[in-house]
Amino acid sequence: MALPQPKLAATEARLAGLSLPQGGWAEPARRDALARLQAMGLPARRDEYWRFTRPDALNAPDAAEAAVLEADEAPIFGTLDRLCLVFVDGVFDAEASDDPALDGVQIDRLANARDTDLHWARDIYGVLEQRGQTPVARPFAALNTAFATDGMLIRVTRTPVRPIHLVYLHRDRGSDAILHHVVRVEAGASATIIESGPAAARFNKCVEIDLADTAKLHHIRAQGRDHERSAVTHMFTRLGSESVFKSFTLTMNGRLTRNEMVVELTGDDAIAHVAGACVGDGDFLHDDTVFVTHDAVGCESRQVFKKVLRNGATGVFQGKILVKAGAQKTDGYQISQSLLLDDDSQFLAKPELEIYADDVACSHGSTSGAIDETALFYLRARGVTRAEATDLLTLAFLAEAVDEIEDETLRSEIVSRLDAWLVRRRS
Amino acid sequence: MLEIKNLHVKLEEENKQILKGVNLTVEAGKVHAIMGPNGSGKSTLSYVLAGRGGYEVTDGSATLGGEDLLALEPEERAALGLFLAFQYPVEIPGVGNMTFLRTAVNAQRKARGEAELSAADFLKLVREKAKSLQIDAEMLKRPVNVGFSGGEKKRNEILQMAMLEPKMCILDETDSGLDVDAMKLVADGVNALRDKGRGFLVITHYQRLLDHIRPDVVHIMADGRIVKTGGPELALVVEQNGYADILAEVA
Ligand SMILES: Nc1ncnc2c1ncn2[C@@H]1O[C@H](COP(=O)(O)OP(=O)(O)OP(=O)(O)O)[C@@H](O)[C@H]1O
Ligand SMILES: [Mg+2]
Repeated sequence: MALPQPKLAATEARLAGLSLPQGGWAEPARRDALARLQAMGLPARRDEYWRFTRPDALNAPDAAEAAVLEADEAPIFGTLDRLCLVFVDGVFDAEASDDPALDGVQIDRLANARDTDLHWARDIYGVLEQRGQTPVARPFAALNTAFATDGMLIRVTRTPVRPIHLVYLHRDRGSDAILHHVVRVEAGASATIIESGPAAARFNKCVEIDLADTAKLHHIRAQGRDHERSAVTHMFTRLGSESVFKSFTLTMNGRLTRNEMVVELTGDDAIAHVAGACVGDGDFLHDDTVFVTHDAVGCESRQVFKKVLRNGATGVFQGKILVKAGAQKTDGYQISQSLLLDDDSQFLAKPELEIYADDVACSHGSTSGAIDETALFYLRARGVTRAEATDLLTLAFLAEAVDEIEDETLRSEIVSRLDAWLVRRRS
Repeated sequence: MLEIKNLHVKLEEENKQILKGVNLTVEAGKVHAIMGPNGSGKSTLSYVLAGRGGYEVTDGSATLGGEDLLALEPEERAALGLFLAFQYPVEIPGVGNMTFLRTAVNAQRKARGEAELSAADFLKLVREKAKSLQIDAEMLKRPVNVGFSGGEKKRNEILQMAMLEPKMCILDETDSGLDVDAMKLVADGVNALRDKGRGFLVITHYQRLLDHIRPDVVHIMADGRIVKTGGPELALVVEQNGYADILAEVA
């Protein structure tokens, strides 16, 4: 079916400025992805999953400029013992990075795909992304697979002693970055991957994660505080039996952030928890679009997303649990909530359940509300100032999402960043 | 200490007058009790003094130590030494009881220009006070009042009072929902705080609490006014005969 004219025009305009990296094992996957993109076209406002979020800034051939935030607090997770891989405006900076030598882990660059043939990565690159294109099209992920300039190919064979930290620095106010990572965790191994930073004025990032049976991956991300940045990110995760995936994302500020999480539970008794906390003030739109597919027996999935919105900020949540026929004993949970700190802010939610098995327990809930006046008065009656009480209740609201982070150190770092964000806004 | 004069209060949202000229003075070192039928305005009086929204003071005044309470924010009233033990303590999911107590204690110290308590000193103090109220460490770790039984919530109110050491304590039906032993604990908690510099206003429906906390003065509130004031014997009259006689007498 031919694309409608506006879509075709937008897609062609965007593609005109991009060139497909040539050569190496990734090229066939890139060509396939380009063909997919040309067939589906870039999103338009009428598309079912783009009704709440305008794709214009992401579609535009050029990235809008974004002021670079002047550092006013220590780099997040900066004191942690970890292996750092640094990207500046989407370009890998080997000088600034640690030596990518870590016992149990093999790390390669996508940019070197021409010189090395990584069979394991080739089996995943663009493959999980393509699986995630049905039933919902994700054009920016296809665009990413086709045009990503770099990224890390991380294969975990034995549990490493340190987490791997992908640091995304933003220095150029006009930067437009496309990164694509591939992660494979082998049976019995467990790893933690951290991502932090705004990355660029405009950032398109895709991560494909393949978890073997009994593999474990913890993922923590903090998206940086630059106000004018925009980002569209995808994580495609496939879980083997008894594997565990736990992901948490912190988003503070950002004119436009669309985080898509596509999770496919393909092996029995696997566990996937995806959570996010975002705080937005003013010119801010944050969109969590999540799709969890249960395609095996006895799996558990949790989606916990909380948003704090003020000064006209917008939050979007589109979350789906699909339980396929035969996925008995599924335990699916989804909650999305927003705390509106004023009347100008808004939360748009589209929770969906689609179930084709009979022996399942699935629940979902979505709420939007203001600070609880009764609780606020109770705190103030004990001498806590209105500002401090409001912040306390705001952190309490976010707690269910933040508590999804198992590691105490990582969790308290996230809490302290949220607290600092709130304190900066105390009047 | 606490001086309430001709206090008239209506609901902000509706044209409903609830307090219709309350006059009441609690002197430092004294315990006053207020009794009265359901809906007579006892809780409203306590909320208005503590600064809850939704009420409009149409006439009269309330001062604490000479300061105009009604002009202050709730937290300023608390820092001035006013404490209200709520009839229905509020559950706050996500806020740990310990965090709550420490934040409150330090906020008040800060407002009064005092240094914050160190974590160690604070812990020591909480443990000591919690122990005397038989509040275990587990309860302190839980979110504020979440999953607490009715009696546990009331004991938690007294713990807060003990930690904050207010000058003027208002207890709104702190005895309701308590078993006999818990009532004794709460009364002991109150009695431990009795001091010549501190005033108490104890709202209750039952004589039993007043057996433990001997009040100096008992007031009867009806239809938004204090209609009768007397000594501890007044509570006994209410216990035996209800309010009918008293109300008939003042009508
Ligand atoms: N926010 C409100 N909205 C509507 N009515 C209210 C409100 N607050 C108080 N009232 C009404 O004012 C009256 C006094 O209520 P209040 O709670 O002060 O009584 P009380 O003496 O404490 O009663 P109780 O002994 O049952 O605790 C009641 O008729 C009550 O319904
Ligand atoms: Mg009452």
